[in-house]
Amino acid sequence: MQDEAVIDVRGLRTQFGDHVVHENLDLKVRKGEVLGIVGGSGTGKSVLLRTIVGLNRPAAGHINVLGEEPSELNEEARQALEQRWGILFQDGALFSALTVAENVQVAYREHLHMPEEMMDELAALKVRLVGLPIDAASKYPSELSGGMRKRAGLARALALDPEILFLDEPTAGLDPIGAAAFDRLLKELQQALGLTVFLVTHDLDTLYATCDRIAVLADKRVILTGTIEDMMASDHPWITEYFKGPRGRSARKAQGQA
Amino acid sequence: MSQTPNFRTEETGSGFMFLASGDWTVRQAAALDTALEELSAARARGAEVVFDLKNVTRLDTAGAWLIDRTAARFSSQGLTPRFEGLRSEFQTLFATVQANRGACPDTLHDMRPLAVQITARIGDAMLATGEEVRGLVGYFGVFLQALWRAVKSPRRLRLVPLIHHMEKAGFDALPIVCLITFLIGAVIAQQGAEQLKRFGADVYTVNLVAIIFLREVGILLTAIIVAGRSGSAFAAEIGSMKMREEIDAMRTLGLDPVEMLIVPRVLALVLTLPLLTFIADIMGLLGGAVTVWMLLDTTPGVFLVRLQEAAGFWTFGVGLLKAPFMAITIALIGCHCGMKVTGSAESVGQQTTQSVVKSIFMVIILDALFAMFFTAVGI
Repeated sequence: MQDEAVIDVRGLRTQFGDHVVHENLDLKVRKGEVLGIVGGSGTGKSVLLRTIVGLNRPAAGHINVLGEEPSELNEEARQALEQRWGILFQDGALFSALTVAENVQVAYREHLHMPEEMMDELAALKVRLVGLPIDAASKYPSELSGGMRKRAGLARALALDPEILFLDEPTAGLDPIGAAAFDRLLKELQQALGLTVFLVTHDLDTLYATCDRIAVLADKRVILTGTIEDMMASDHPWITEYFKGPRGRSARKAQGQA
Repeated sequence: MSQTPNFRTEETGSGFMFLASGDWTVRQAAALDTALEELSAARARGAEVVFDLKNVTRLDTAGAWLIDRTAARFSSQGLTPRFEGLRSEFQTLFATVQANRGACPDTLHDMRPLAVQITARIGDAMLATGEEVRGLVGYFGVFLQALWRAVKSPRRLRLVPLIHHMEKAGFDALPIVCLITFLIGAVIAQQGAEQLKRFGADVYTVNLVAIIFLREVGILLTAIIVAGRSGSAFAAEIGSMKMREEIDAMRTLGLDPVEMLIVPRVLALVLTLPLLTFIADIMGLLGGAVTVWMLLDTTPGVFLVRLQEAAGFWTFGVGLLKAPFMAITIALIGCHCGMKVTGSAESVGQQTTQSVVKSIFMVIILDALFAMFFTAVGI
């Protein structure tokens, strides 16, 4: 049960024109875990996320999500599958013409027939769940701070109670206190809702605080998947520099003290 | 695989049991909601209600919320709710939802009566217009100040951007201005000839084309084209600079954005719009001349003679005189809209649209004012 892969990527190749981003990439995400994807800038972390959720077309290889291959499904089945995951984009990607509550309700309105009052209450529940003050529900994205927008984006991603949550650099652009609070929230929600989380990040503190396993992207593929300990044991130059550099050391120390 | 969620109730000694089963998820929430409403409306006997949840196979936040809300409703009717048998994997979820359930704010929807909403919108729009006019007048002042500084020390006049904007707003607009005015000139002549022929007055087609084009249509068309082409470009250019904090960067480096960005643009339009209008007038007359030649066999020579009789210097002068005023209006509105951009890309788009709408509106208002003025002074 624990080893059941909810995302299984095999032999993936993505390219834009002549530029190959991934070559023969393999990755497994197990049910109920938080998997952190790290890698230098331009190694295609976000591209990998976008490819898995079907926003980019892979040039070759297989992507299997929740037991199904999205590229082989018809429109209807693919939409049904898409409703089983939620995505938080970098800056929330909230619809700017809608309030936070309406953003959360988009999925209810579009996919479920639900009375208005119930949508309001469920939206209020999601807004509270992500730790936003309730009066934020009636605000527009432009009236929110960056951290609040991310939380609102998370509330929208959680609207349909997805099984997998994709996060693209959730703590980028947040101050350290806001980032730490977001990490805590993420871990709490992941445990409470039993989510599988696919997390693209640069943030070492996030890795230490939330991730069960880490996958390192370099040389166009996943060079290592494992726990923090596995990372520390590796002698790959990039991994060594990343995890044992000054920032890596301080993040590890902070986690040890906490 | 998925099991339809359901529930039933059973009487017990101290109250009743609520037995839930199946998948309590967001997909079935709406159906469950209706049934639960009926239940909580009908049942209120006894002292205790026990929620037996051992047959719940799946539970998500919506399902947990439904159960907890039902419990809350019973408890407000005086019954004590108790939960039993919930699977361990759902317990954290249930507790989290319980902790976060609460009333939703009444600000979610605009609850004011429609009449109030409409009045409020009209009021807001009026205030915004007032604010807009104030801002624009203020900008005109700021522009004049910067212009005065440039006159006092001509070094402050940025020649390179001035020439650049003259090329972009003036020279590059030539093809479209020429084409459109030529066609409109031809159309006016054709329609005019058609109507005047009925009275045997088709020789006056030349007068019609000359006066209407030189006085009104030439400048109006050119100003509208320029407002759409360059006013919007000014708003978008300055707006995106504002968005990326380039304007703030300028200020911190001791550069005056009004002097660097606005003065060259306004001056460029003031210099090029009269030139464009002149060319527009020529092209309009050309269009008219070609049409009357084809329709009425009026040769170009005859056309020119009639043109001299029909239009005096002031017919032409009136049109040209309006050009610099319209240029200032268009350029200032474009720059002002650009400077009003706030952080988001969305606001760049909004302000760009606004600049076109406002400048075309103002061009037509100005034209009407000028028409009244020239009638009053008798030219």
